[in-house]
Amino acid sequence: MKAYFGRRYTISASHRLHAEGLSAEENRAIYGKCNNPHGHGHNYMVEVLVGGEVAPETGMVINLTELDEVVRARVVDRFDHSNLNLDPLFVNRVPTTENLCRVVFGLLKNVLPTGKLERVRVEETENNFFECEGE
Amino acid sequence: MIYLTRRATFSASHYYWNPAWTAEKNRQVFGRCANKNGHGHNYTLEVTVAGEPDSVTGFVVDLKGLRDVIELEVLADWDHHHLNLEVPEFIASETDAVIPTTENLAIAAWKRLEPSVNGAGGAWLSRVRVYETPEIFAEFRGEA
Repeated sequence: MKAYFGRRYTISASHRLHAEGLSAEENRAIYGKCNNPHGHGHNYMVEVLVGGEVAPETGMVINLTELDEVVRARVVDRFDHSNLNLDPLFVNRVPTTENLCRVVFGLLKNVLPTGKLERVRVEETENNFFECEGE
Repeated sequence: MIYLTRRATFSASHYYWNPAWTAEKNRQVFGRCANKNGHGHNYTLEVTVAGEPDSVTGFVVDLKGLRDVIELEVLADWDHHHLNLEVPEFIASETDAVIPTTENLAIAAWKRLEPSVNGAGGAWLSRVRVYETPEIFAEFRGEA
């Protein structure tokens, strides 16, 4: 039977929203406070949803410990307590939470030991969140 | 189509153990969850029902009725109980067990709720999500 397993992780990181192709004035107009030259930070909540068959011998779609190892190695350790703008994946890519969500999906989609990555959800604050299903 | 979700909480104990495996393999796969003295969680159950709002009442489903179904079909047996020892779905034989993982709790809750929810007419069960902790959840959508 197919079920879904979801797991949440927290990443604290800084970023600055600034598009190289736009003038300083345009950047300020579009990104407002988020364009502050010195950056700012968030406690991001990253939710990973894995779908697949529930293995009868374990009762699991994916072993939590194995999922944690992959997500920590590829996502949490990479971005936690870092400046997103300085990560090679954000060269020429503004670290909006939309883009962070897609980047996280890409980092995880082909590396799960079992199951299929169905969705990544990133909450930037309690009041905004973004979801990527890999389309 | 409208989706309506009702939350409920229950507290229960469990452990993970496959009787077909050695003790060593159980500890290797399930880690601390294989402690046979058990441990417990405050679970949150989210039941999502889908349907069209009734033209007279504006309800997809009567929320009080849904609460009563959740209470009768799930919480009465699961809340403040030991899932492995007291809940029929998870009582193991000497060679086989449905392990009370969060995934299997979502499936078991679905099976308990579906006849009453769908039988009431007008709405049908769409999703059951079980949170074991605020950071861990599983869901079942009735897929084969």
